[in-house]
Formats: sequence, structure tokens, C-alpha cells
Amino acid sequence: MNLSVKIGTLTMQNPVTVASGTFGYGVEYAQLIDLNQLGAVVVKGIRLEPVRGNPTPRTVEVTSGLINAIGLQGPGVDGFIRKYWPFLKELKVPTFINIWGTTVEEYAEVARRFDALGGVGALELNVSCPNIKAGGAQFGTDLKLLSQVVGACRKATKLPLITKMSPNVVNIAPYAKAAEAAGSDALSIMNSFPAMAIDIETRRPSLANVTGGLTGPCIKPIAIKLVWEAAKAVKIPVIGMGGIQTAGDAVEFLMAGATAVAIGTANFYEPQTALQVIAGLRHFMQQNGIGDVRELIGSVQTGK
Amino acid sequence: MVEQTVQIVSNERDTDLYFRLIARAPQIAPLVQPGQFAHVRILPLKEALLRRPFSIFQVSGDTLSILYKTIGYGTEVLSRMRPGEELSMIGPLGHGFTVPRPGGETPLLVAGGYGMAALYLLAQRSPQKGIVFVGGRRRVDILCEEEFRALGWEVRVTTEDGSHGETGLVTQALLAELKRPTPGRKLFACGPNPMLKAVGRLAAEFDLPAELSLDEHMGCGIGVCLTCVVPIKAGDSWEYQRTCTDGPVFDSRQVAWEAVE
Repeated sequence: MNLSVKIGTLTMQNPVTVASGTFGYGVEYAQLIDLNQLGAVVVKGIRLEPVRGNPTPRTVEVTSGLINAIGLQGPGVDGFIRKYWPFLKELKVPTFINIWGTTVEEYAEVARRFDALGGVGALELNVSCPNIKAGGAQFGTDLKLLSQVVGACRKATKLPLITKMSPNVVNIAPYAKAAEAAGSDALSIMNSFPAMAIDIETRRPSLANVTGGLTGPCIKPIAIKLVWEAAKAVKIPVIGMGGIQTAGDAVEFLMAGATAVAIGTANFYEPQTALQVIAGLRHFMQQNGIGDVRELIGSVQTGK
Repeated sequence: MVEQTVQIVSNERDTDLYFRLIARAPQIAPLVQPGQFAHVRILPLKEALLRRPFSIFQVSGDTLSILYKTIGYGTEVLSRMRPGEELSMIGPLGHGFTVPRPGGETPLLVAGGYGMAALYLLAQRSPQKGIVFVGGRRRVDILCEEEFRALGWEVRVTTEDGSHGETGLVTQALLAELKRPTPGRKLFACGPNPMLKAVGRLAAEFDLPAELSLDEHMGCGIGVCLTCVVPIKAGDSWEYQRTCTDGPVFDSRQVAWEAVE
């Protein structure tokens, strides 16, 4: 049975990875799961300098979901390399480093730094965080800026580039095509949905940042549609994510057109989720006589 | 840190909105240090996704207990669960209290409401007995007083409405004690933020070391989601650190109270 898939030149031993921002820097989960069973480890977004992040409250639980406005708190490139890279570089599975900046030049500089580091599996360009004032979603919701940032990173590195797309566009197809044309090797579909909750006792927003990004099982059907639309629009692979809790959810993403999937919010409440999804995917393939996971990709039948 | 399915042994109302739950958790219970917590997935909750963190109250053999207040949907569902039912638990988690060395400091414990639960193991394992100051709004908010007395500790109770012990705030009773010059004391506190801040101020005023257990809204419990951050001094500024893994216990001098929201 083959579970391996390719993202650009990189091979993942299975199509199950984790979503940036829900898995820290991998090491936090090492006591609870065997990281080497994953398709890849994806770390939280990193920019050049350390980032303090947003005031609290930063998250609020909603029905079947979570709204967060962390504000990309992080150690910066140097802090990451010092604190977390010694652990990550010893893993047998690739590490995808999620990067961001406030300017096109900063994205490219961070890409160069990680290119020079050696041993990185891929770079994921975060052009879609809804919770920061400068950078993030402003790049992912403007076709020209999106092309510029992907193009600049393409020039800065030979590492596989994955562009993490914003769901906050009317039609995702032109954005997917723009990232592909600018040299992206794959797309992550997608980041969180802009959202808000209010505490009715205090009449205050539940988050200090007022708005945040919605994730969790409640967004899965919207994510499936976006993956389906994006995968039809491009030839490069799509990594699908949004509310995956079970192997069945993952199969749905693959059928919609995803080549790989990422477990996100579920990591927060059930650290075993990714491993359960891998085991369940294998079981689904056995039960259905599927020898190669690639047979599932885009296999949804929309005709009559 | 271990994740395991645990079985409820008992889950009984204590007073008012407070419950005591004992669970059989053979992999977790023996590892627990004072001030640590368990992160519990209440399996009947389907649309409320996150685990709920609870200070570990008592440990006995392969069981551990928590003392909790029903404050929302999650804890209400938990309070209706019966012996034999299962929970998913990750624990023990967090950086707990420093147990005094034999012949070392005399611990003075300060608890607000169910913060008392987080201090019990410290009292039990401290080689020196000290005084525990407990405060609450009403009599029903004073929990596990007898358990501390049974350890041979002196318990001083304050309630805001005067229905039990002295009338006033727990920090007033603490202040009265601190004014009596006694060498070698150390404060350990768990309770709401205003109380912790007041304890921190008293510790500074009397030049005493103090460890504070902070209670913040929490997500993952293992250091990745960055929900439960608190401002901790770093150099001449401060940075957000995680209650779940850098804490919940912090040296009071390190907390940047001016930046606490």
C-alpha cells in the first residue's frame, strides 16, 4: 500500500501533516506522539524578529470551533534556530517552516535565512493571517502583492514553497493561479476565517483583538469547497485543512482534490488526532481496495 | 506528561456549586508534583472542543482528585458524570510549587476559593508545617478546610460576608500575620488575580519570597496554542510566557502586573 505523496520535489511518507500554529515547534508534542510517524511537521509562523503577540484574551471557544487572535507570537529567526532547530533537524520527517513578514523584502530575507540553514523540508508562506495589522492577509488578498511575495521568495530559495492561502476572497481560483504562476510548488488551503464573538454579559468582544480567525470542525465544509475550487484551478498540489478530526474528514479533503491534509485545531484537544487519521486512512484504503492514496486525490464524482 | 483514559471513581457535590471528582489515573497520579494540573477532555461534550484544566487536589495510590466549581457548560456536564464513566486526561502538567527543604522556609499558604485545592499537596509534602490562609465570599466558598487541619496545619479563615471565620479579605489576615516578625517565611498563593497581586505586593513590602499560581483561560495545556500567556519580566521589559508550561507557578517578582489585562 502506498501512502506517500509529493510536494514539489519533496516526498512525504504519508499525506498527513499538521497546521502551522497548532503544533508549536514539534517538540511540545514529542512526549505524547511519535513525530516520525507524520508526513511532515509544520511549525508556527516565524518572521525575522521576535514577536510579542496580541493581548489576552486571545482565544474563545465557539460551537464546534475556536476563534483565535494570537498575533503570531514567536521567537524570530535567530531564536527559532537556537531554541528549536537542534531538535527539529534530528527528526526523520521533513519540517515545513511557516514564514511571514511585513514587507516583500522581509519575506524574501526570511526565506534566504532558512535556505542557508540547510535541512529544511519546505517553506510555507503565510500570506493569510487575519490577526496582524501589517503583513499576513494583506498579501494573500491582493493578486499583485501575492505574486510579488511568492516571486521574491522563489528567487530567494530553491526549497519547496507552499503558499498558505486566505479564504477571505470571493473566488479563490485566480489567487491559486497567481501563486502557481509566481513559482509556488504547492498551496495550503486555507488559513482561518475572520470571525468575532461577543460576551453578552459585559457587551465586550470575547477577544482583546476584537476579531480573530475561526477554525475547527465548524469550518470543514467551507474548506472542502475551497480545496475543490483551488485544486481544479492549478496543477500544483494542494494541502487541505480545516476542521479535520477523523480519517473520514481527511478522505473527504483528498477526494475534493487535496494531495495532503493538515490537522489543526484538533491537536489542541486530542494530540493523537494526526496518528489516528493516518491509521484510519490506511484502514479506509484496505476496506476499499485502494492500493495507492493518490487514487483518492480529486476522485469526487460531480457529474451524473 | 501522559495522556490516558481515566475512570471516574466518584464525583460528588461538595458545597454549593463545588464538586469533588476522584479518578483512577494510574499513569498520571504517581507523577504529580504540588501545583501541577490535569487537562481533561469531557468526552460527552461534542460541540465544546477544548479540554478543561484543573489543579490536582489530592493523590492517593493510582487515583487523583480535583475540586471544581461549575462555572459553565463544560463543568456542568462534568458534574453530571457518574462513577465508571471515562474522561481523557493529560497530566501532570505545568511547573508547580517548590517544596521547601527540610529545615528550610516555613510556608505560609494563601488561597482564594478553589485555589485551596492547588495548595493541598504542597502542605502535605512540606517538611515544615505552616499556616494556610483561606478566603472566600461566603462560607460555602471555603473548601477542604478540614483536610488542611488533618495535616496538622493551622487554618485561618476569612469570608467577605463574615459567615465563617473572620470578616474581610484573606490578605488582611495575611497582613496581620506578616506584621509579627518571624524569620524564614515564604508565601505560596493560588486564587483570583486581584488576590495574587495583593499577595505579591505584601511579599515585596515584607521582603519575602512568594510563588504565585496563576489561573488563566487555557487552550491546549501543553504550550503550543499561546492562549494562556501572562506578562513576565524579561530584561528591562516583559514578554508573554505560558501559564500552562512556563507556569502556572511563577515567582511573584517576575510577574509584570502593570501589563496584566
